[in-house]
This record gives sequence, structure tokens and C-alpha cells, in this order.
Amino acid sequence: MLLLNCPCCGVDADETELAAGGEAHLKRETVGAEDEAFEAYLFMRDNPRGVHFERWRHAYGCGKWFLAARDTVTLEVFGTYPAQTKKPPKAIENALKKKRPDWKGWA
Amino acid sequence: MGMSTRLATGGRLLNRARAVEFNFNGKRLTGYEGDTLASALLANNQVLVGRSFKYHRPRGIVASGAEEPNALVNLGKGGRFEPNQRATTTELFEGLSATSQNHWPSLEYDVGVLNNYVARLLPAGFYYKTFMAPRAAWKHVFEPIIRQSAGLGKAPKDRDADRYEHFHAHVDILIVGGGIAGLQAARTAAASGARVLLVEQTANWGGRAPADGSVVDGIAAEEWITKAVEDLEKMDNVHLRTRCMGAGVYDHGYALAYERVADHLPANGQPRHRLWRIRARQIVTATGAIERPLSFAGNDIPGVMLASAVRDYVANFGVSPGDRTVVVTNNDDAYRTAIALKEAGLDVPAILDARPEATGPLARRARDLGIRVEPGKGIAKVIGGKRVTSVKICAQSGEGAALEEIPCEAVAMSGGWSPVVHLWSHCGGKLTWDETNAHFRPDPDRAPTNQDGEGFVKTAGAASGEVSTANCLKDADAAGRAAAKAAGFKPEPGDAATAEAEEVQPMLPVWVMPQGAGIAKRMKMWLDYQNDVKVSDVQLAAREGFESVEHAKRYTTLGMATDQGKLSNINGLAVLSQSLNSEIPKVGTTTFRPPYTPISMGSIGGEARGELFQPVRQTPIHDWHQANGAYFEPVGHWRRPYCYRRDGESTEQAVQREVKNTRQALGLLDASTLGKIIVRGPDAGRFLDMLYTNMMSNLAVGKCRYGLMCSENGFLIDDGVVARLDDDTWLCHTTTGGADRIHGWMEDWLQCEWWDWQVYTANVTEQFAQIAVVGPNARKLLEKLGGMDVSKEALPFMQWADGTIGGFSTRVFRISFSGELSYEIAVPAGQGRAFWDALVAGGEEFGLMAYGTECLHILRAEKGFIMIGDETDGTIIPQDLGLDWAISKKKDDYLGKRAQARSHMTDPNRWKLVGLETLDGAVIPDGAYAVGEGRNANGQRNTIGRITSSYYSPTLDRGIAMGLVDHGPNRMGEVIEFPTLGAGSQPIRARIVDPVFYDKAGEKQNV
Amino acid sequence: MSDAISALSGAHATGYVTVTEAGLRGMITLRGDLGATKLKAAVKKLIGADVPLVRQNTVNADRGVAWMSPDELLLMVPHAEAESCVAALAKALTGTHHLVANVSDARAVFRVEGAAVREVLAKISPADLSPAGFAPGQVCRTRLAQVAGAFWLTDDETAEVVCFRSVAAYVFGLLEHSSRTGSEVEYS
Repeated sequence: MLLLNCPCCGVDADETELAAGGEAHLKRETVGAEDEAFEAYLFMRDNPRGVHFERWRHAYGCGKWFLAARDTVTLEVFGTYPAQTKKPPKAIENALKKKRPDWKGWA
Repeated sequence: MGMSTRLATGGRLLNRARAVEFNFNGKRLTGYEGDTLASALLANNQVLVGRSFKYHRPRGIVASGAEEPNALVNLGKGGRFEPNQRATTTELFEGLSATSQNHWPSLEYDVGVLNNYVARLLPAGFYYKTFMAPRAAWKHVFEPIIRQSAGLGKAPKDRDADRYEHFHAHVDILIVGGGIAGLQAARTAAASGARVLLVEQTANWGGRAPADGSVVDGIAAEEWITKAVEDLEKMDNVHLRTRCMGAGVYDHGYALAYERVADHLPANGQPRHRLWRIRARQIVTATGAIERPLSFAGNDIPGVMLASAVRDYVANFGVSPGDRTVVVTNNDDAYRTAIALKEAGLDVPAILDARPEATGPLARRARDLGIRVEPGKGIAKVIGGKRVTSVKICAQSGEGAALEEIPCEAVAMSGGWSPVVHLWSHCGGKLTWDETNAHFRPDPDRAPTNQDGEGFVKTAGAASGEVSTANCLKDADAAGRAAAKAAGFKPEPGDAATAEAEEVQPMLPVWVMPQGAGIAKRMKMWLDYQNDVKVSDVQLAAREGFESVEHAKRYTTLGMATDQGKLSNINGLAVLSQSLNSEIPKVGTTTFRPPYTPISMGSIGGEARGELFQPVRQTPIHDWHQANGAYFEPVGHWRRPYCYRRDGESTEQAVQREVKNTRQALGLLDASTLGKIIVRGPDAGRFLDMLYTNMMSNLAVGKCRYGLMCSENGFLIDDGVVARLDDDTWLCHTTTGGADRIHGWMEDWLQCEWWDWQVYTANVTEQFAQIAVVGPNARKLLEKLGGMDVSKEALPFMQWADGTIGGFSTRVFRISFSGELSYEIAVPAGQGRAFWDALVAGGEEFGLMAYGTECLHILRAEKGFIMIGDETDGTIIPQDLGLDWAISKKKDDYLGKRAQARSHMTDPNRWKLVGLETLDGAVIPDGAYAVGEGRNANGQRNTIGRITSSYYSPTLDRGIAMGLVDHGPNRMGEVIEFPTLGAGSQPIRARIVDPVFYDKAGEKQNV
Repeated sequence: MSDAISALSGAHATGYVTVTEAGLRGMITLRGDLGATKLKAAVKKLIGADVPLVRQNTVNADRGVAWMSPDELLLMVPHAEAESCVAALAKALTGTHHLVANVSDARAVFRVEGAAVREVLAKISPADLSPAGFAPGQVCRTRLAQVAGAFWLTDDETAEVVCFRSVAAYVFGLLEHSSRTGSEVEYS
């Protein structure tokens, strides 16, 4: 039962108060996109064993979406951050590099 | 002679001043306050308490706590009946009523015991082997027999009479287990200022120490415990809880504890159980250890008990297990039992110690008390049927030739101790094999980790694998200190309790007794009493290739059912590893999963039963519906009237009446559940153009427009009417089920994709009661109530206006989902009922009747309007439904546009929406498929269409349907066939027609 | 126009705390830039209090303002004044990007009173309700068993619980069940 800190209201939110939203930092493809790129946007998702970036909504709390960097095996949380960003913030990247030296880095 | 009975003195947990009457298998018996059901049964010489699962062998009480495999009873009656209750953890109360399980016709004479005589036909895996063939035998022979004779206890028949609840607690440190280790860990942790919750599964503090005669800080353990509890109770940062079992440890410091609030005080108004949902920064498990049985022939005969349990019954409950008890052991601890028995005035004919020598201080003391100690010996065989009568002894190192027969009524056995590692292991804590004590203990370097990647569980005392009182206390102090530190507190330099170091002779692992026992003996050595698994079964599983401990468990059923192998696991896997010629740590353990012992379904549900099972959403007009014959249907969590039945009417008749009346006179619909979302801001128009397939930015203020929303897959997800309120503000209506989902969908795009767009949304669904006034007389009613101008000129179709009606402030939308003249009128929810009442009263002269959702469905189907969830199923695009007119060609983009250009979406062979009229007027079953020529690759008939909506139309007096049909719109007038189910039934033939069945020109709504 | 009625017409239950439907309350959702001068001034004028900090709640006699999210406040006024307050706010915020909506009738409010108020709420909410985790002056948006809700403490022994109107009966049922005599946890 996860406990994630909502960066929008500061609450350590119980998993039962959150809604999961899948992989974070997807780039929206739309009109003009090649079939392959569009298919990737719609359906292709990373399912790594280890470091993963995810979307969560503090559904029963402040209602805001936020993003989390998490280890899918140990469930360690490297940090949560606001959703208004195209890539993980530097602080999260640094925390990750420190804790997971073999992490391949942000693509 | 030699009964088990109550001793004249002793029994530290008893209140002998209060006798308690109870009932077992119809017999009236008496115990004392403080007894468990098990101790009271033993005090009444009721040693036989049940029959085993498979062979129906007589079974007696083995243990004194949560590990008890045998003494499972049906407890209580009627609404408080519950099977599989452990007698050892059931506190005795006045009027308790219990029956034994797994026997027919009676406990004493059980027919199923025949299985015992065919035991060699029921080896490990017999389910898989026996029931493979012939197939029919399963249904007609095996299953009926198994159903009759197998199973643990009976399922309750009556509704649970009790209530339950949850409780959320947030603490710095949760300590599980209230023995001396838990108490010491709590003292140390609490001294740091941390918030501590200490839970103990039994009704009493102190665990084993008092019965073991431990000395702490120079005083008897019992005295020390009393003082430690008093001290802790005085601290504001400590909460203590008995009858509260740590049930499970989960991710990120989450734990469940199961409080049996009123099991011992039934029907006293308290919730029966309370499930504690705990978030702790740190968890200390001080869960103690469980003694292991020894595997010797006949070790399941009633009267054979764990040595520690015998000691507990003597010391805690003043119960003698029999006049003469033979002790058999591979370690020092069981000598304490012999000594306790002797000191209680009972006879111990012999201590059989499997070790070649018995040289420890406890052995010396036993000898000093005159007890015969036999090193290097074991039990060749226990003699007895429903009760032990004697044991044959042998050399442990031999094959079991009997040296002597010793008459006795009880056998106290000890195969060593295993720490209770369950809670440590639940969330990933790893174990290490301890050669000295022959047990798995927690590996502190591989603790379960929390959200910070740090270990969050510590173990204390015997749960760490410590065996002496002194080391347990030291370890507990260290655990309390470490937990406090990890939780962010500074532990004080402590004054932890201490105990004298003890000299101990090392134990000797003994997995089979005697070492060279042959197959006949091994077939009578029980590993798992509850599941009837013997040494021979595990050896057979190994021979048959079940090398993984998890596979061997499933194959043999070792460690399954309610006790989950608390007694049997280590012995079983030791036998397995020997059979595989492997080492125990290499074989490993099965997975420890929560809960530690079974918890009630009631506690898991908590308050969620009956009226509180799930939230039921009610509109402001709900009470009127209820008072006027509404037959409700669930729509999401809402309850909406399906129809209003009048006296003597069937549901169908009511629906038909409502349809006819609405078409001919005046209908009233509670549409309050429709979603209403305000979208506002400089970029709101642009945003809605992305959300809807058609254009919303160019909607004029004061006007309404129907719109469709699609997912990024292109599939239709919702529809509704959008009204433009002012330059910056739109009001979006959604479907009833879509309100929260679509509001969330909007917020997702605004927060996560277009966060620089200036748009705010607010879900105001519940602010308004919305009432549809529908039918040719609709305007007459509103004009009668008076107020705003609702004429065609002032308020034309697809416009809205604010104004008063009958004195109510309203917002009126001229929109129609029925094809009739229709006004949807919103008033604040607090006035919804009053406004509805005013409409009902005023409408009487115009023939007003309320109508429900089924009438709504028929009205819309007659008009060919689609319904989300009927015409759509998550795979339908608007183009399938002929809704191209609602898709803007001008827009560069909208959600779903790119997907709708994918090859599959533009395929001309996609089934398209049409109307269907049956040739004979019948109603086609909803969801029916139309068949075409030929067969597919699987030999099934090819399908060419599917019904999405089908009704009897009272207006047209015939069946009408909408459906998706292959090239449907190009096949107008063609007749297609819908096969129906049932022998000899004829297919229904239907003609493909325009989906608008009624008022094709739309004249009636636009007046 | 008829008088508005609340969802449960003042339903009341007495257990080891009391639960009372508090009747209608004017509630206004205000979304906007909470740091903007104009917005701050408008709130101050209407409520007589500053825009609260994160998860804070200010009660000022029959008015109040609660922080709901980084761009949302809940303003509380007497029910009869809600519409005029919405109009006043809209006027005051003209020219700024904002959203004001009267949500008074979309809600139900319960007053829960008694020394064990925290404990009763802790039966239905996973939030940390210990004095260290939650104090008067704070607002908690959370889950009440199976529905969304919010509450705050007006003093150490009184909470106000807000939920959607359609689930008022459910939330009242939860509170009644949790506070039934005999259910005391005696957890402090």
C-alpha cells in the first residue's frame, strides 16, 4: 500500500486516495504523425523492472495530477513532482543517479 | 484413571471465584473466567476435540495458542455461528456453545475414519491422481463423496448478527507482540518520545515468560510485566492494545491489526472486530517463537502435545494433561515442562532426550527432582486410539526396535523452536538459516524496505531467534532503540531490563524419530495435523519430482488451510530437503503471506454492509420518487426511477403508459443526475474544440449545441449538450455516468498537457436539480406557473435563458432527448423538490405524469438518438453511428481525430448504424447478431450485424431496434435474419430502415 | 420562491459523539491565481480574512475560507447571500482569469461534536488525524469510506464534515455507525 507525497498540497497520501494514470512524460502525437509514431503514443508503454516515471492523481485530496519516480521492484520512491513538466526535474535525476548508479538516465 | 483435570492450585490467568458455564457438543461443562475454550475442555477431560481432514483420525489439543492445528470448532449459533475457531485462542465466556468439526455422525463414532484404513490409497497428490479418469466419475462419484466428508467446519447459514469497523492509526513505531520483548522494545522506543502503538494478540501481557518461570531484573517475570505495563500506560505517547493481532505488514509502513473487541463479550453492543489500518514509520515484530513437534509414529494421537503447551496449561490454567506425562525432546527447554509438572505434583515417568547426552543445568535439576532422564532415546511408537495409553521407547539412532513400554496419558514433545517470522517476511524481509538452533531467523541485513529504500521492520526477542531471556531483553532494547532512531527520534541511553545469562546445552536437530524409521513408521508420523500430511507423503512428493518447496506444498497440502503450517513448515521442509539430499536453506521456505492467522470477513468489510455497503447517490427529488411507486435502477451509484408503477400495473405497462402520455400530453423527468461542468477562461473555446469533435468555440452566447467526445483512440466516450453562458464560459452537460469521469478527463488534459492554457473547470452537477418538462403540453404548464417568456419566439429550440418560473429562479434549456417539445429546467438543488412539487401540482390539468429512464430510452430510440453505453461499447467511433455531421471538418485537431484516420477506422467495412423493423412487429433480443452467408474459419456462421438497442415502441405499436450492420446504410429495405436461441425457434426477420422511426422531420420538438 | 432545504433536513444522531446535519451553508468555489492582488483583496472583502496558506482554513464568524488546491478556494457565507457574493466576486475579479461558482446546494455539512471526534473520523478516513498531524485551522480533503469529502476542526472537540449532497445519507450513516455507543476505541 503505497504512500506518495502529493507535491501540490504536501499531503502524504495513502494509495487509496490516489488514482494511477500510467506512464509519465508521453509526447502527444496527433494529426500529421506517422502511423508508427502514433501507434507508439497510443499503445507502447515502458514496463521496466526498476526505475519508472508515473502519473498519479490525488483524486480524493486536492484533485491535482502529479508525477512520481519509483522503483517498480522495491517500490522505493525517488521523488514526486508537479505534472507541468516534459521531463523529470534535475533534483529527481540527481537523486536517482545517486541511489541507482546503474540507471540508464533520462532518455 | 489418569484423566486430564483441573489442579487444586495454580493457574495464574484464572479467576477461580467465577465459574463459567459452557456447552460442547451438547454437554454442559464448567470452566473459570480466564480460561480459553481449550483449557476448559482439558479441565473437563475433553481431550478429543475433532477429527482430521482427510483420514478423520481422532485429534486432540496440541498447542496453547495461535499455532493450534487441531482444536478447531464451530462456535456460536445462528447469526453468531462461525466455523474453524481455534479453541486455544477462544476466550471462555458464559453460555459459549461449540461443536467439533469433521465428523459424521458423531465425534466419538465417525464413519469417515474408514479413510484411515485405506490411507495407503490416499497418498500425497491423491486428488490429482485419483480423479483424472474416467471423467464422469468426478461428477457422480468423487465430488459428492468429497463434498459430504471433506472441508473444515460448516458455512454459516444466517446473516451475521454483529457489526464491524475499521480504524486508521498513524504512529511512529508499531510494536507487535506484548511479551517481555515487546514490552521492553516499547519502553525503549517510548522513552525517545516516539508515538508507540503496542499490540498483543491475547488478552494478557507478558507472553511466555511467566509460564517459563523467567526472572527479569531480579524479580519474577509476572511482577516485572505488571510494572512495565503500568509504566507504559502512564505515557501519553504510548497506546497499548490487547486482543489485537498484528495481521500483516505491507508496503511503505502499512500494517493491519485485527482487534477482537467483543468475541468474549458477544452481543454487548460493541463492534465484534475492529480492523486497524496502521501507517507506521517503523515496525518492531516481537512475535515470539513457536515450538516444533517431533515426528514419531503416532504423534497425532490425542494426548500428544507440545511441551510448551503442557507447561502453559499447568502454569496458566491449572490444568493437568494427565497424571503421567512422558517428555520427549531434542533440547533443554522441554525440561522446564517436566519440572513444572513435577512441581505441580504430577508424574513424569521419563524424559526421552534424543541427544546422546543430557548435561545442561535443567537436566541436572530434573534429575535432582528424581525424574528419569533417558539420553539418546526417542519414541518408537505411541500407543492409543482416542487417547494416549503408553509409549514405546527406542534408541534415536536405530530403526525403532522397542526397548520398553511406558504407560502414560500424555506426551510432551519439543523439536526446538522457530521464530515467528511471518510479519517480517510479509513485505519482503529475508531469512537466514541458524545452524545452532536449527531454525530460520530474520536476516537483519535484508529487512523489508520502505519508500525511502530503508528497512522499516526490526525484530525483537525470540522473533529474532534469541532463545534466552537475557538475550531476548537485550535484543528488544536494541530493536526499540534502532526503531526510534530510524523513525527520527533520539533514544535515551537506556536502563533496559536484564536477566541472568543461562548455561544451555545445544539442541540437536531431529527431523525423524528414530533416525532410521522404516516406511510403516513414517506413514504414522504426522507433519501437518490439520491437513493429514505425513513424513511419507513429503518423501513421496520428493520422489515424484516435486523439488520446489512451493510445489511440494501444493502437491501434499502441507502447510495449507487455517494454520498455514505454523507447526509443520520447518519439519516438512527438513524432511523434503533430506529426501532431496539437499540442505534446508537451499530448499527454503514457502512464502509467508498475510494475515498471520485468519481474520473475519466482517472485519475486512468493516462498516460496509447493509445500508453502508456502498454509497447510493440520491437526487433532491428521491423521496418523491420513492413515495410514488418508483421502481429504481442503478445508474452508476445513482438510483434513478426506471418507471413509476401504479396500482396493479406491471413494469412494462407502466413504461408504456409513460411513453404514450409523454407523447400525447405531458411528462416529467428527474434529469438531475446529468453531468454539468462549467468550463471558463480565455482559452475555454479552444479547449472545448479539442475535447469535442465539433466546434464549440463559435457557439453563440445563449445557444446550445449537441457534442461528442472521443478518446485518443478515436472511440466515442461521451455526449451531451453544451450551452454557452457568456464570452468566457461554457456549460457542458455529460451523461449521468460520465460526470466525474469527464470532469477528470478535462482536468487531466488541462493539468498535464495544455497547462499553459487559461481554463478553469468546475463540476457543478449536484448544485442543480434538473427537471425535463416534456410533451405537447409542456409550454402550457410553464405558462400557467408564470414568469419568464417561454414562447417559441422568446426561447427557440436549442437556446437557453435565465428567468423565473412559478417564483423559482431557473435556467431553462430548450433541448430535447425525446423529440417532443421539451424544456430542461435547472433550479438549485435545495429547491429541486419544491419546484418538482409545483410542476406536479400545476400539471395535473394537462395530464402530467412522471416518467422514468426506460420511457426516456424508448422516446430517444423512437427518434434514433444514440445512447452512450448502448450504441457505444468502447470500440465505436462517431462515424459508425452516422454522426459525421457532428464532426467538424474545419478543425486541425481534436482528441481522437488522428486515430479516426487510422486504416482500421476508415475501413468501409466497419458496421454502421441503422434502424431495424421486424417484419412481424416482434421485439428482437438486445445484443442479437444477424447472420449472413457462409461460415468463418471456426465453422461458425458469419455475422453481419448486431443489435445495440431494442424496444417495444408503444407509439408505433411494434418492435423497433437500432443496430450496427455491415454496409447497413447502403442496404436500406433489405431484410436480414437474427437467429434466436431455443430448440426449433425461428430467426427473427427485420428490415433495414432509417434509425429515426418517429417524426423524421423533427417538427414536434421545434414548436 | 420556496425556501431551500438541505439534504437531510437536520438529521441528528447521538452516540459517543453527536452528529448533526448542519443545514444549508453558502459555499462558493473560487478558482484563480491565489497570489494575485485582486483575488486576495476580493476574498478579504468578502470573508474578512486573508487567503489561507496550503491546507489551512480560516473561520470568521459566519464566514470562512478554506484552501482546496493550489488554484482553488472554498468560500463560506450565509446561504442566502451566496448568489450575491458570487456576483460581487465576479465583479471584483473582472479582467482576471478566474472561475466562481455557487456550490452551496451541491453539498451537505455535518457537525460532529465530542471529545472523541478525531477517533470517529479516523474510522472512515485514512488521513493522519493525530493532533500532530491535524489541528484546528487546517482543512483535510480526503476519503470518507467510499466517497470524497473534507473536514476541519473548529475546536478540539468539533469537526465539520462536508460531502456531496447526493451521498449525504451515506455519510450520515457512516458517522452514525462510527459514533455508536459501544464503538469507543479510546485511542488518544
